[in-house]
Amino acid sequence: MTKPLVAEFSDPDSLIGAAQRLKREGHQLLDAFTPFRLPELDDILPVKPPRIRLSMLLGGLAMAGFAYFLQWYSSVIDYPLNVGGRPLNSWPAFLLVPFEVGMLAAALSGLAAFLWTCRLPRLYHPVFDTTDFARATQDRFFLLAAQTAEEERRASLRELLKQAGALAVREQGS
Amino acid sequence: MSVIASAPANPAHPWIAAEHANYSEVTALIADPVLLRPAGWRWWVALGVSGLFVLATVVAIYVLFTEGIGVWGVNSTVVWGYAIASYVWWIAIGSGGTLISAMLLITRQRWRASVNRFAETMTVFAVSISGLFPILHLGRPQYFYWLAPYPNTMLLWPQWRSALVWDFWAIVSYLLFSVLFLYIGLLPDLATMRDRATTVPRQVIYGALALGWRGSAHHWRCYETFQITLAALAVPLVVSVHSIVGLDFAASLMPGWQETIFPPYFVVGALFSGFASVAILTALVRWGLRLEAVITVHHFNAMAKILLLASIVMTCSYATEWFMAWYAGAAADRSLLLFLFTGSYAPLYWMQLFFNCLLPQALWFPSVRRNVLFVVVIAMGINIGMWLERILIIWNTLSHGYAVSMWRLFYPTLWDWMLLFGPIGLFVFFFLCFVRLVPAVPMNELRKLCREEHVA
Repeated sequence: MTKPLVAEFSDPDSLIGAAQRLKREGHQLLDAFTPFRLPELDDILPVKPPRIRLSMLLGGLAMAGFAYFLQWYSSVIDYPLNVGGRPLNSWPAFLLVPFEVGMLAAALSGLAAFLWTCRLPRLYHPVFDTTDFARATQDRFFLLAAQTAEEERRASLRELLKQAGALAVREQGS
Repeated sequence: MSVIASAPANPAHPWIAAEHANYSEVTALIADPVLLRPAGWRWWVALGVSGLFVLATVVAIYVLFTEGIGVWGVNSTVVWGYAIASYVWWIAIGSGGTLISAMLLITRQRWRASVNRFAETMTVFAVSISGLFPILHLGRPQYFYWLAPYPNTMLLWPQWRSALVWDFWAIVSYLLFSVLFLYIGLLPDLATMRDRATTVPRQVIYGALALGWRGSAHHWRCYETFQITLAALAVPLVVSVHSIVGLDFAASLMPGWQETIFPPYFVVGALFSGFASVAILTALVRWGLRLEAVITVHHFNAMAKILLLASIVMTCSYATEWFMAWYAGAAADRSLLLFLFTGSYAPLYWMQLFFNCLLPQALWFPSVRRNVLFVVVIAMGINIGMWLERILIIWNTLSHGYAVSMWRLFYPTLWDWMLLFGPIGLFVFFFLCFVRLVPAVPMNELRKLCREEHVA
């Protein structure tokens, strides 16, 4: 199997330009590694929109529901206590705790969904072995493109990346 | 680097004070003080002094736990004192940190980039300290865990209608939420630290905390969605937490403590003192870490405008309080109002009005807003004023209740003062450690800012 190519760029605009050109020429783009978010890449790379919010909503609602149930069960069924004639199911006062813990549960479900969609934590990844890749979190912009088995296509891919302003083009891990 | 550290503020891109700043310069500006530069004697002196305050806090808590809350100035009439005022004060400071970070993120204010990290950190430390006070104020603090519903041999449940139980859930949820919000913001920066670290232990620790972040386009997209959604949740969460703090008072029957305005009034107070604290910390971080390049006078100008607005809303809240006391016509409320302005605590009340309502009006002048020293002095005044507000809400009402025979004053003791000033040192201690361990300004957001402001 051929390893994908990693092209290093010095600025975001060259990376975006290169990605657009590669896509036009029919090369398969895999990913980009950048020191900050580049929204322009969403339309170029095959990135699926994340479903994080849905899990946050579900997690939050489930926890809030559970918290309300717990209050209701404890004060109506398990330990009914008449305090000054207040209704056992004092729903307005019982909304506060579900709201707070629901928010926390939404955040925690969001974290779980975030880690799941990103496949993190994953402390090692083959791309880390690429020369200079430590700068992907600092000041360099990296594009990852798949190589095909055909010799000609591979050469044209390398050529394209160089033309688009890549400082270096390497195979992943070298 | 010296070039960008000394450049003056530029009107074309107000949030970065340099003609040109590339990504590696910005990264080095933030990361190097943590990774390469030694702490310096000033840092050690500050740590030592704050360490003394930490010691004082520990001693005060030890005495409190062994002797009981009788060591404080609280008495059978004024049953609440410094601990509750400090609780409200600290949680308000925390709330301000979340609000500044979250509101500016969802309104896509670019200047947030330089200040959000330490605002969020301030929240975590302030809320942790705040959570101590209700526990300290319990008669039997060793049983604080009874607030949680857990299967127990007494077959008891928490009293869900109690404000103390609401506080417990509000603080616990809010604290954990804030820690998560801070950590998510930190994640890409931890990866940067991992990649810049020069020693193996640092590489391992930062690397483990960074979870293997590699800045993939897919990761960034998920990250953005998650962070902005968290921010959107954080704003109502803060409002609810501080409303619950307001309900601690509003749900009672004492004169001056039955006002439905309390929840929003407390939220505005939180915004007010929180922004004031952020302004002070911004000045300190800017000076201590030499970040003049990325924290400019425009940041102070923007924060000062919010302070001014909050001050006006605060003044309106006070006026509403006075008006309602008079308009409702209840003798006890009118008598309390008179006691506010002319009673035993009146000098403090006038001081509160000076610091919260009058002094911030100086911020109408652009030259004051753009002067770091003036903004810091006003912000310190606001923090004093807001602490006075909280203690006076407690003192005035409790000292001047319905039964005239019960009227008594509060006289603070040494232990009150130690638990007032000690935790401030504790906060400083935590904060000093924080600036030596993680980047005080989010590097990834600064790099993004450089691109958006066309300086890179």
